[in-house]
Amino acid sequence: MNISDYKGVMVFAEQRRGTVQKIAYELLGVGRRIADTLEEPLLALLVGHGLPDSAAAELIAQGADTVVVVDDPALEVYMTEPYAKAMTAAIERYKPGIVFTGATTIGRDLAPRVSARVRTGLTADCTGLEIEDGTRNLLMTRPAFGGNIMATIVCPEHRPQMSTVRPGVMRRLERDDSRKGSVEKLAVKIEAKDKNVEILEVVVEKAAKKNIEEANVLISGGRGLGNLDNFNKLQGVADELGGLVSASRAVVDAGWVGQDRQVGQTGKTVRPDVYFACGISGMIQHVAGMEDSDFIVAINKNSAAPIFEYADVGIVADINKVVPALVEELKAAKAAR
Amino acid sequence: MNIVVCMKQVPDTTEVKIDPVTGTLIREGIPSIINPDDKGGLEAALALKDELGAKVTVLSMGPPQADLALREALAMGADEAVLLSDRAFGGADTWATSTTIAAALRKLGFDLIVCGRQAIDGDTAQVGPQIAEHLGLPHVSYVSELEATEGAVTVKRVFEDGYQRIKVKLPCLLTALKDMNKPRYMSVAGIFDAYKREVKVWGLADIEVDQDNIGLKGSPTRVKKSFTKGVKSAGKVYEVDAKEGARIIVEALKEKYVI
Ligand SMILES: Cc1cc2nc3c(=O)[nH]c(=O)nc-3n(C[C@H](O)[C@H](O)[C@H](O)COP(=O)(O)OP(=O)(O)OC[C@H]3O[C@@H](n4cnc5c(N)ncnc54)[C@H](O)[C@@H]3O)c2cc1C
Ligand SMILES: Cc1cc2nc3c(=O)[nH]c(=O)nc-3n(C[C@H](O)[C@H](O)[C@H](O)COP(=O)(O)OP(=O)(O)OC[C@H]3O[C@@H](n4cnc5c(N)ncnc54)[C@H](O)[C@@H]3O)c2cc1C
Repeated sequence: MNISDYKGVMVFAEQRRGTVQKIAYELLGVGRRIADTLEEPLLALLVGHGLPDSAAAELIAQGADTVVVVDDPALEVYMTEPYAKAMTAAIERYKPGIVFTGATTIGRDLAPRVSARVRTGLTADCTGLEIEDGTRNLLMTRPAFGGNIMATIVCPEHRPQMSTVRPGVMRRLERDDSRKGSVEKLAVKIEAKDKNVEILEVVVEKAAKKNIEEANVLISGGRGLGNLDNFNKLQGVADELGGLVSASRAVVDAGWVGQDRQVGQTGKTVRPDVYFACGISGMIQHVAGMEDSDFIVAINKNSAAPIFEYADVGIVADINKVVPALVEELKAAKAAR
Repeated sequence: MNIVVCMKQVPDTTEVKIDPVTGTLIREGIPSIINPDDKGGLEAALALKDELGAKVTVLSMGPPQADLALREALAMGADEAVLLSDRAFGGADTWATSTTIAAALRKLGFDLIVCGRQAIDGDTAQVGPQIAEHLGLPHVSYVSELEATEGAVTVKRVFEDGYQRIKVKLPCLLTALKDMNKPRYMSVAGIFDAYKREVKVWGLADIEVDQDNIGLKGSPTRVKKSFTKGVKSAGKVYEVDAKEGARIIVEALKEKYVI
């Protein structure tokens, strides 16, 4: 392998049922930054069947220089081998120095298969990506041991340097319709033998009912909300942030929500990227279940509430006034993008 | 049917603590367990054995202490156990780990290989699909239900937004989710018995593998450094009106790239 033959950044533009997924734009965001640092091109790999031209145009508007389209009826629904074949063909044809795939249930299935095939390294679930000065190698930083340890991984002697990237961590670019880019078709022959599993049934569920231990964002309510109606309004904040509503024991005891949502010593231990404590005092039994959250926002009308000792951002105010203001502010932020 | 379950012995990460002075992981006194997803996979294999009759072999690569995890599996009902242990295997990334395990699987023979989806320490979820690639087998990951049919298995494969039901012919590899079942306990007789049974130990000389493809030397990735997230700096508390409070929160979330 001659490392200097490999140039550019390729991102896998994951689509489901014809819709390009948010993670694809996040990968373009980080990919653009890396490609600019290296002064190399950014490619988006779009695999599927009968995708509209607007899909490729959107990828260009959000940062891609070239969109490589692989189209085949066998690629309509995700299946490991046909997709692995498509991605391998794209790597062989374009020889990118770096390949990013989302750390989704598709990306984490596809990327290891491809990395084993092209004999290169793969770093899982990255949350930080930088170019090292001098070597121009990719520094891939990721959590391990359940988030207790961070590790920076390199892949110095093999190309491409591959990583899966955790959804929701990288920032997408502002879309710009005046951006110029090209669309290229790549023919990949998918044979009958490549369809080596038989998909009997495909079931789409509205965002599966999730466990609070797995949520990236938790909006947790306490007795300070005053009543069930106010508690239910937290769902509006959760919807805006793609999170779940959880609670203190006082709220569970009051019957506002089920015990499966309780955070704390006698509830669940959670470690989301963002934890909102809304009208929660911050008693030690509650804190035991949430103190390892990455980022803690506390809202409480009492500035002496112990929860503020754990908060990254604390707001001393009436929670029932903050909740509607927050929903409005989040909607505005989304519209501005 | 010959089923091989690949199992990793892992520290119980819910008990992992960080040394506040050195910032490193305290491993002493931390109990080791069978990786939870692998235990789910083992239970699924044992259930197939109960139902249809099958030989269940457990395979682990690790230091000599991993013997303990394999004996636990024997006590649960596995028929044979193999420990891949050799200094030459050490320092491996997922590429080299999967290459080594694939070589052992070739020697063992199999109809069905069951891995866990993900190990709770390394957390990559890469070893299963990579073993399948090295062996040229089809694989299905994120399996939450498993049923055996004539010469094939039918599984439920979970996605964030739904699932697929997939039929795949043997031989193949599956990666199992711990939620797929509730693993049985070791039986008392099983525990006694497990300590009398043999755990085969295979080293480099026992498998056919290119030395350039294993261990640290065969690993394309390197851990350049590892660190803890670091102690948080004290947060800020604002006494403001609700609207200003909401604005401050949204700004902070933007900085965190949450929105
Ligand atoms: C053995 C044991 C186990 C326990 N396990 C758990 C557990 O697992 N999880 C758990 O949560 N608790 C647990 N607890 C209970 C715990 O000690 C607390 O009682 C509980 O967490 C309090 O819940 P809270 O913060 O919602 O209510 P409170 O402590 O009553 O706090 C309400 C807060 O809301 C604020 N507030 C009031 N009105 C407003 C407003 N309009 N706007 C903004 N703020 C307002 C107040 O200033 C106050 O800080 C346990 C207790 C014991 C003894
Ligand atoms: C902090 C840190 C970060 C790391 N990051 C990476 C990385 O990003 N990329 C990389 O390639 N390597 C990485 N490694 C190395 C990697 O952890 C090891 O190669 C490890 O042996 C296998 O990876 P895993 O624990 O993630 O297993 P996973 O791939 O999560 O395991 C999946 C399944 O494979 C089977 N399996 C895995 N290991 C064994 C085993 N030893 N014996 C039997 N069955 C097994 C089990 O069924 C398991 O459930 C990292 C190591 C450390 C310490």
